[in-house]
Amino acid sequence: MYKISLVKFLTLLMFSLTFTVNAQHGDNEENHGSAMRPEGDIKTEIKEYIEHHLLDSYDFSLYSYETDEGKHEYVGFPLPVILVDNGLKVFSSSKFHHGETLAEVDGNYYKVYHNKIYKTDAQGTITYDEAHDPTNVKPLDFSITKNVFFIICISLFMIFMFVRMGKSYKNGMPTGFGRFMEPIILYIRDDIAIPNIGKKHYKKYISYLLTVFFFVWIVNLLGLTPVGINVTNNIAVTFALAIITYILTTFTANKNYWKHIFWMPGVPVPMKIILAPIELLGTFIKPFSLMIRLYANITAGHIVLMSIIGLMFIFKNWVGSPLSFALATMLGILELLVAALQAYIFTMLSALYFGSAVEEHDDH
Amino acid sequence: MTIPSIVGAGLIVIGAGLGIGRIGGSAMDAIARQPEASGKIQTAMLIAAALIEGIGFAALFAA
Repeated sequence: MYKISLVKFLTLLMFSLTFTVNAQHGDNEENHGSAMRPEGDIKTEIKEYIEHHLLDSYDFSLYSYETDEGKHEYVGFPLPVILVDNGLKVFSSSKFHHGETLAEVDGNYYKVYHNKIYKTDAQGTITYDEAHDPTNVKPLDFSITKNVFFIICISLFMIFMFVRMGKSYKNGMPTGFGRFMEPIILYIRDDIAIPNIGKKHYKKYISYLLTVFFFVWIVNLLGLTPVGINVTNNIAVTFALAIITYILTTFTANKNYWKHIFWMPGVPVPMKIILAPIELLGTFIKPFSLMIRLYANITAGHIVLMSIIGLMFIFKNWVGSPLSFALATMLGILELLVAALQAYIFTMLSALYFGSAVEEHDDH
Repeated sequence: MTIPSIVGAGLIVIGAGLGIGRIGGSAMDAIARQPEASGKIQTAMLIAAALIEGIGFAALFAA
């Protein structure tokens, strides 16, 4: 009885979180728009808010509001900033005051400008070139930003969860959460890994496939919650994931794989020469499309979801709120599906690429 | 955003939509004919749809 209720509880929690994310975004925009601004202003403000939501930042703030005195108050906590600039500089991002002030560290001044840290003089002047890009020195940035912080949290959570789950198999039957996850893990092994990679080689890749599936899935789901900062709408994160797939494919590939790229068997020689660069380019395009697909799907989903919530503040009559509430609820549910689907497709295509890398000649 | 880029993105999205629609429809046909192969058909359908979707998103970002 207890185990069934746990699963029910988790499902309920997941759904309620999706609904609260809508409420949360709504609240935020209400706070921003409460100062009785003209209509055009609200549109640009919603646009800015969406852009801000999609960006990484140096501190973790849940929401901000304007006090009666017109001061910005932020609810959240700062994260460490780590810069390499004539030695390691570590300081708290609270020194930036959410990008409003300069940070002074060991006589150097740093400023956050368009979400990047620049070195400035004591007045915080930023010089520009013709294309209006800052020419200030950009120190090497290894900061624990919001996204990095969340990736670390999710990794620790996954290690904790799966190690515990693995231990529960010692007594034969899995308990609790293991029973919920076992079908998913078996599905990845039996329906993704084995058909695409083959019985002989799949064991080498199954750990990566499982890790990437659960990582992308959990990250996508947490991105839909109010606290969850969506990590997969940062192209650097999906780039890293795609690079791992690329490296694994390239370095575990057998002779047959390289032969198919540089000297395609079974076609005439002139064709072989034409095909070689195309196939070589194809090896880069494959991980590139993995990167773009995950990034674009999640980003587009968030932009559409937040634009629909933004409709409420543009309409400002009785049509607006029910319409945007209904659409946002529907889209929220759709996003739950997209979260799982993108994780599935990423895993699936990775398995396909691994499969092509270890394919034997007689497999045709 | 200029008007030609918006129109171009719209055209590509229409194309991608038609493409995914065809894939879905064909997959439905195939499943109706051979219900026992539905798992394999679904997988192939999702891969093809994902590849087309990639083009659609590329267009949206280029616009």
